[in-house]
Amino acid sequence: MSVSLTPKPLEQSLAVRKAVRPVWAVLGERGLEVLIYLCGISAIVFVLGIFFFVAKEAFPILSNKNFRLSQFLFSDQWYPTSEVNKRYGVLAMIAGTFSVTALAMLIAVPFGLGAAIYISEFCGSKVKETLKIVIELLAAIPSVVWGFIGLTVMSRLIVKYTGTPVGVNILNGGIILALMSVPIIVSIGEDALKAVPDSFREAGLALGATRWQLVWRVLLPAAKTGLLAAVLLGVARAVGETMAVLMATGHAVHIPHGVLDSVRTLTANIAAELGEAPAGSPHYQVLFLTGVLLFAITFAVNLTADFIVRGIRRK
Amino acid sequence: MKKPNLHAVTCKLAPVIAAALFACLLQTGCGKSGTGDTAGGGASKQVTIQNKGSDTMVNLAQAWAEEYKKVAPEADVEVSGGGSGVGIAALVKGTIDIANASRNMKPEEIQTAKKNTGKEPKEFIVGYDALAIYVHKDNPLTEITLDQIAQIYMEGGAITKWSDLGVKIPGTTSDEIVRVSRQSSSGTYEFLREHVLNKQDFKLGSRDMNGSKEVVELVASARTAIGYSGMGYATPGVKMLKVMKKAGDTAYEPSVANTLSKTYPIARSLLVYTLGEPQGAVKKYIDWMLSDAGQKTVEATGYIPLPTDARTKP
Repeated sequence: MSVSLTPKPLEQSLAVRKAVRPVWAVLGERGLEVLIYLCGISAIVFVLGIFFFVAKEAFPILSNKNFRLSQFLFSDQWYPTSEVNKRYGVLAMIAGTFSVTALAMLIAVPFGLGAAIYISEFCGSKVKETLKIVIELLAAIPSVVWGFIGLTVMSRLIVKYTGTPVGVNILNGGIILALMSVPIIVSIGEDALKAVPDSFREAGLALGATRWQLVWRVLLPAAKTGLLAAVLLGVARAVGETMAVLMATGHAVHIPHGVLDSVRTLTANIAAELGEAPAGSPHYQVLFLTGVLLFAITFAVNLTADFIVRGIRRK
Repeated sequence: MKKPNLHAVTCKLAPVIAAALFACLLQTGCGKSGTGDTAGGGASKQVTIQNKGSDTMVNLAQAWAEEYKKVAPEADVEVSGGGSGVGIAALVKGTIDIANASRNMKPEEIQTAKKNTGKEPKEFIVGYDALAIYVHKDNPLTEITLDQIAQIYMEGGAITKWSDLGVKIPGTTSDEIVRVSRQSSSGTYEFLREHVLNKQDFKLGSRDMNGSKEVVELVASARTAIGYSGMGYATPGVKMLKVMKKAGDTAYEPSVANTLSKTYPIARSLLVYTLGEPQGAVKKYIDWMLSDAGQKTVEATGYIPLPTDARTKP
């Protein structure tokens, strides 16, 4: 009843304010609009700018006669500073990046999604608040601290329980990366589940579903795009992580045969060698080419995710 | 009712935000021009010393430059790395004042320098560096030959197991040697490659650590590991092997005395070169490097300082 009464005075007051609105206010608003527009497109400018810079530094190597792209992609011989025979193969590093990321996801996805479901659907409000705060704290730990934990605490535990001589390996890096990606998967996954309307839950319960049936048959299918986004952000975090894997994986150029082997990842290789590679040298250019490769990998991951999400939406 | 209110608030805030942004811009602008002025004003009295060369010595050279700035604020020492060869090449061309080198100049380089500039390069020993071979403290091995080190680390080298060296590591069933190395840009890596592996490449699959200290830490935690690093990084968890030139020779431990007497086989002098007798600011800088104050920095950065009688007196 009261709603039908309000429009008239509201319109009047608006009209009055518009009439007295000073010029600077109008200009100020325009200015802010332009500013926000610039902020909006800056992301595109930065991404393109970074890509062009990295590519510009990398591409001269393609015309170098000592460099073959097939060797770069399919050889595990990484001898960028050799005095007798320079070889630039990053296959071992690609294998390293993929093995560590895969192991991390194997651990982080079940844990992360499980925690998201528990927080969103099963626990009481007090537990929920505590868990959310603790998980956010987990996300706030700097990666170098994670690396340090891997190098000291985790490596000792791995040596103790598996009997392997060196504790810095895929298992160590995978666990550390999993711990780093879990908070992302949990918080985004929990948001996705929260976004499922309550009417779904009510309808499910009204039909006599148990809570488990509700989660498995109603909520997970309804939230799958959001959950997929959560997992893929976790993957991106794991692929791009540098400092922690540099410290925890053992940094050995070696195609792994098991989870207890040491590996080197693409990111760690760049971090370790770029600092002292003379600018403009073939070694420097190859490292930038590795950057382009990483860029391509993350781009492919994002694009696949985008297609999957669109496919799901269309259904 | 809420929407128009909010709108009004934004409108009122807009000029405030704009003013704040403007003020920020102004301030940063002033700050920049301020620093520019002081730098320009002081530049007339400054002397710049160009210093380039050995990657092994780049940290030491940087530390010297920073310390020297405190003693002689009028001198700017510009340090860059690239390798001993790069530094010597630049000196021969006459583009730098001081070249750092962890190897001696070759006779043909001295010839080129004489031909190009008419001056003879002058060499100063500014410190020493000893490379220690580390194993776990429980490893029964005490001595190793240079050839054994090469066979362990070199591409195609024959030694992969501790039993090849005739030892069994207590407390583990594993026999494989875990090689701990350095990343390829490290000077220590290049030193081992040049002087022990005879410029051959390393075996792939070694754990390449990012710092001298990390090598020692990993060796301390892995019973079957072997690693190389500066002798200054030793900890109670590791053991430094005595090194002999070849089987049957006396093995020497890495120590200050054995390094100075040149009996320890993988030690080297750290050198700086100038063209002709150094003059003016460059002479003052080198004299300072060789004084107690400069040698303290040598020790602080993990190298072996000159014996006291070889230092200059202030």
